[in-house]
Amino acid sequence: MLTIIIDYGMGNITSVAMALDFLGVPYIVSSDSRKIHQGDGYILPGVGAFPAAMENLRSLDLLAPLTEEVVAKGKPFLGICLGLQLLAKDSTEKGFSGGFGWLDAHVTQIDAAKGLRVPHVGWNNVTPSESTVLFRGLTGELNFYFDHSYKMDCLEDVVAGECEYGGAITAAIEKNNIMATQFHPEKSQRNGLKLLRNFLNYVESSTERQ
Amino acid sequence: MLKTRIIGVVLIKEGLVVQSIGFARYLPVGSPTIAIEYLNRWGIDEIVLLDMTATTSNRPPQDRNLKEHCKFCHVPLAVGGGIRTIDDMSALIRGGADKVVINSTFPDNPSIVSKGAEKFGDQCIIVSIDARKIDGKYMAFTHSGAKTTGKTVVETAKLAEENGAGEVFLNSIDNDGMKTGFDLELAEAVRAAVDIPIIICGGAGIPSHFAQAAATGVSGVAAANFFHYTEHSVITAKTHIVDTVGNVRLDTYAEYTPSQIGDDGRLLKLPDNVLESLRFEYIPEEVI
Repeated sequence: MLTIIIDYGMGNITSVAMALDFLGVPYIVSSDSRKIHQGDGYILPGVGAFPAAMENLRSLDLLAPLTEEVVAKGKPFLGICLGLQLLAKDSTEKGFSGGFGWLDAHVTQIDAAKGLRVPHVGWNNVTPSESTVLFRGLTGELNFYFDHSYKMDCLEDVVAGECEYGGAITAAIEKNNIMATQFHPEKSQRNGLKLLRNFLNYVESSTERQ
Repeated sequence: MLKTRIIGVVLIKEGLVVQSIGFARYLPVGSPTIAIEYLNRWGIDEIVLLDMTATTSNRPPQDRNLKEHCKFCHVPLAVGGGIRTIDDMSALIRGGADKVVINSTFPDNPSIVSKGAEKFGDQCIIVSIDARKIDGKYMAFTHSGAKTTGKTVVETAKLAEENGAGEVFLNSIDNDGMKTGFDLELAEAVRAAVDIPIIICGGAGIPSHFAQAAATGVSGVAAANFFHYTEHSVITAKTHIVDTVGNVRLDTYAEYTPSQIGDDGRLLKLPDNVLESLRFEYIPEEVI
C-alpha cells in the first residue's frame, strides 16, 4: 500500500508527512504527474488560496491523472482544508474560479455578520453523520482544528460531519472513495491522528480488494 | 462551538529556547524540539515559534531546523522571525509551519501581507505587533522592541486587516515576563477596532490570568515562560479556565478536575485518601 501526498507547491506538506510518519505508514510526497498512478490512496493537503492552488495544479498537470485514478478507478482520496474546497465546482475566493467539479458544491465566504470573526480559526467540535468511514470509533467531544475563511456548500448526502460557526459549516464530506475535511486532521492531535488512521485503514482495505 | 485557544509561545535566541523579560533580558530554557513536544503532549491548542535573532542579525528564517523542531507537533504551528519575502514564507510552510508570523517587515512593507494572503490565503498570515504604552497610548514596535514605528497599535492592526491578515498577535512589551497578568486594555482596544481574530500575549503568571483574558472575548491567549517552568502547566491552566469561564479544549490523558488551584496559582495537595487510591491507578497509553 502506498499513499501519495500530493505536492502542488503550497500545502503544509511537512505537517501531513510528519503525521503519517507518526502513524508509520508508507507514503511518498510527489508533484510528478507521471507517478500519480503508482498510489493506492491520495492525500491533498491545503494551505493556500483557491485560484493559486488551481493554477499550480494545472501547470503541474496533476488534475487529469488524479481524476483518472480517483473518479474513474475509485482509489481512496482525502482532501484537507483547501483540499476539500477544491473538489467543488467553483469558488468565489479572490475573484471567481473553477474547481475540480467532483462534487456538486460551491465555495463561498463565511458570512462575517452577527459579530463573527473571519477566518474561522481554532478548535471547534464536529458532529459526525451516521456511519462514516472517517469518524469511525471516535467518541466524546470531537474537537478539530479549523483555519479557513471560505466554506463549502454541498448536498446533504455527502456531508460526513458538520460544525457550528454562525450556522452549520461542512466539516467533512464522504462520497464513496472521495473524502475530505475542512479541518486539519494532521494538526488536531489524537482525534486527528485517529481520523487519518481511519482513512489509511480504508486505503489498505481497498488495496487488498483490488 | 469555537473554543478560546490557549497558545504556547516558543522564543528562540541563537537556537535555544529562552525566557524573555521585558524584551530586554533573556534566560535560557532549553531545546526547542523538547519544548514543542511537551507543549504538544500537554494539550496546547497551538504553538507560535519565534526566532528572535533572525531579524536583528539580518538573516532569513532558519527553515533547516524547523523539520526537527516540529517532529512531534500535532497541533498548528505558526512560525515567525526574519520573514521578508514570499519565498521565506513558502520555505517555512514547506518546512513544517502551518502559518507564518510577520512582524518587523510589516510597517515598512505592508504589501508583504497581501501578497502572502494572495498565495497562501488570509488564514495563513498572522501579523504580530509588539506594543508598548507611551504617554497613555499603545505604540507599535519592531525588531524585538528596539525600533519604534511611530504608529499606534490600533492603526497597525487596522492596516494588517486591510492587507488581508488572518489574525493579529499582540505582544505587550510592558507586561512581558512580569507575571502580573495580560494587558486586557490593550486586547480590548484592538479587539474593538478590527474584525479578525486577536491573540493576546505577555504577562501570564497564574492560571486565573488566562481565565481573565479568555473572558474578554479574544480568540487566543498566549504565553511562553508560564508554560515552560511547570509540569503539566497547559492542563492545569486549561482546567482552571474550564472551571471558571469555560469554553476551552481539554483533551489530555492527565486530569486535574476539579482544578483546586490556590491563589498563588499552584496546585493544592489532594486529601490523603484520594492520593492513596490514585497510587494504584494504571492508565495505559492509547495506541492510534
